[in-house]
Amino acid sequence: MKLFILASLNGITVAALYFIVAIGFTLIFGLMRVINLAHGSLYILGAYVGHDVATATGSWYLGLAAGGASVALAGILIQSTLLDRIQGQEMRQSLVAIGLSIVIADLLLARYGGLTYQFYPPELISGSLRLPIIGGYPVFRLVVVAAAVLVGIGLWLIVHRTRFGIIIRAGVDDRSMLAALGVNVPLVSVLVFGLGAGLAGLAGVVGASALSVSPGEDARYLLSSLVVVIVGGMGSLAGTAIGALLIGLAEQIGLAYFPTYSVIVSFVIMAMVLALRPQGLMGKRR
Amino acid sequence: MNRSRLFRVLCFGLFVCTLAAPAFAQTTVRIGAVMTLEGAFTLLGQEAVRAMEMAFEEANYSAGGKRIEWLKESSDGRPDIAVGKARKLIEQDKVDILIGPMSGGEGLAIKEYARSVPEKTFINGFSAAQETTLVNPSPNFFRFNTDGAQWQAGLGNYVYDAKGYRTAAVVAGDYSFGYTQVLGFMTEFCAKGGKVKEKIWVPMGTKDFSSAIARIPDNVDAVYVMFGGADSVNFLTQYYQTGRKTPIIGGSNVTEQTVLSTKGPFQQHIIGVPSAHMVADGIEDAAYKDYVAKYKKRFPDGLAAPSAPFYGYYVATKAALTALGAVGGDLGGNQEKFRQALAKLKLDTPTGPVSLDENRQAIANIFVTEVAQRPDGTLYTKVVKVMQGVNQTLGQPRDAFVARGVPSRDNPSCP
Repeated sequence: MKLFILASLNGITVAALYFIVAIGFTLIFGLMRVINLAHGSLYILGAYVGHDVATATGSWYLGLAAGGASVALAGILIQSTLLDRIQGQEMRQSLVAIGLSIVIADLLLARYGGLTYQFYPPELISGSLRLPIIGGYPVFRLVVVAAAVLVGIGLWLIVHRTRFGIIIRAGVDDRSMLAALGVNVPLVSVLVFGLGAGLAGLAGVVGASALSVSPGEDARYLLSSLVVVIVGGMGSLAGTAIGALLIGLAEQIGLAYFPTYSVIVSFVIMAMVLALRPQGLMGKRR
Repeated sequence: MNRSRLFRVLCFGLFVCTLAAPAFAQTTVRIGAVMTLEGAFTLLGQEAVRAMEMAFEEANYSAGGKRIEWLKESSDGRPDIAVGKARKLIEQDKVDILIGPMSGGEGLAIKEYARSVPEKTFINGFSAAQETTLVNPSPNFFRFNTDGAQWQAGLGNYVYDAKGYRTAAVVAGDYSFGYTQVLGFMTEFCAKGGKVKEKIWVPMGTKDFSSAIARIPDNVDAVYVMFGGADSVNFLTQYYQTGRKTPIIGGSNVTEQTVLSTKGPFQQHIIGVPSAHMVADGIEDAAYKDYVAKYKKRFPDGLAAPSAPFYGYYVATKAALTALGAVGGDLGGNQEKFRQALAKLKLDTPTGPVSLDENRQAIANIFVTEVAQRPDGTLYTKVVKVMQGVNQTLGQPRDAFVARGVPSRDNPSCP
């Protein structure tokens, strides 16, 4: 019983991290139909930049802000200088994104080497909390869940309650009609790309504080984002949350009860969703 | 006019080539190397390149009167890639001697490939799977580094006697090197009467260990942990975050410099963690200090101290050069003389003497260590005991040791 509760709690906290990474990915896809295969690179870029700033200033919060802001800026640059030129050509955009991810990964390897990096989160949110039944539980993991809930609610409010959100939703349905109504669609695209990238950068700092960051993490988080949004449905906020929860829980409960096969559980879920509901659990049929 | 000139140039080129080719074969020895310069073991691959560079430079790129030509290929740690690169070096680049690879699975695959090219010589880089040389060794495959089970020599006895641990749980990577290290630890610990209550094997690629940690039983004296690099950092961080107090026993990679150099909250907890390896940062020998000083001078952008893979490739390269010197660079007769010289070699390395057994596997010193802190705050492995001349069967008769079977999830067992 204790093991099951612990594994479930672990699953939820992992899901929270997956959600913050994947939500930016799905946001970008939803509006621009770009499968941003450099998303994992944006994640580790945020982690490394955040680490430098946190080390230099001694403040974890500044590192978090710097990680998010710098990657948002990088995202804006990528969209406005590279991807916007080939808007609508999905294959080319994907290839450019892959190329970019290789370049970023090698630049980071040259700058930071193969060593592992970690953050020192503030005293307040590190350490462990005594919980009934399960005993000690790391506070930071609970903070990650809170952060994911905040990000989810914030994005939902932006998309459903603001004028900017109305424009995004209109763009998801019909870009050319939106442009015909006088909205500067390329500018909206750049802003959304920046927002999605910034979330990846933020997730980088959070992920590197909960675990650590080292070369190869980019591919790992890109893969987890892909699996999460394929299961949840491309471009859907609620779908991403459900997908992240399913994958996170499957992974951790698998690791607790049948570790040898835990790696394949998430892919079995993905294969089943693709077979029975190809658009994803919450995806719209197009 | 133009055409005849072209013809003359071609003729001259051909002439030069025919002249150069035999001369070329006589005055140089080509040494190929396979190391991991991509993927999760990138850092280890960088260290391997540095190691060979330093060994070659010390010999001025010559041995036995021959000039050394060095060719490198990168693997990503996967056995098929490593064999592909070895094949390329041997068949296309015509190297005489091959040094490598880095990891256990690669080592097993390259040993099998070595069998198909008996006229070439293979010297292992850093791979440490036990089966590579214990079972069905290949006559042209030499390993001057000790294997993963040897690396744990002395640790089981040390934690039983000095630390007083009687029961333990094992959490380790679910692959060949993990099994090998656990076997090395349990051989002594179980022989003393210690009990390993539970073994938790974690699949490779796992980054979030929290649910594996949740399975560790509360009623054990210590937890034996074996992960490498970033995985080790993640595990230790999460372990201490849960507030657990059960002491840790480290596998060789847990207290490697790649982990100790990582700045993070876990560092304050791992001081005092016992472990064992074929190298240790705190060796007080003059030869070792000299070796560290040379590394630091040559590679100012390198690690705080030379790592274990550096040592592995360095000794392998040294062995090749020394044996080449002993035979005067003679690689004729399918390298038979060179291989005999290698087999007889007694190398004085920075960590002590290394010699080979009848399977061409190293017999060398192993260091039982504890993590300690220097005055400047950096962590290092302090030597608490030196195990002299540890052989592959850990001091047991070969037949009995081999009969116990290859290490696996369930072998050995003492619940």
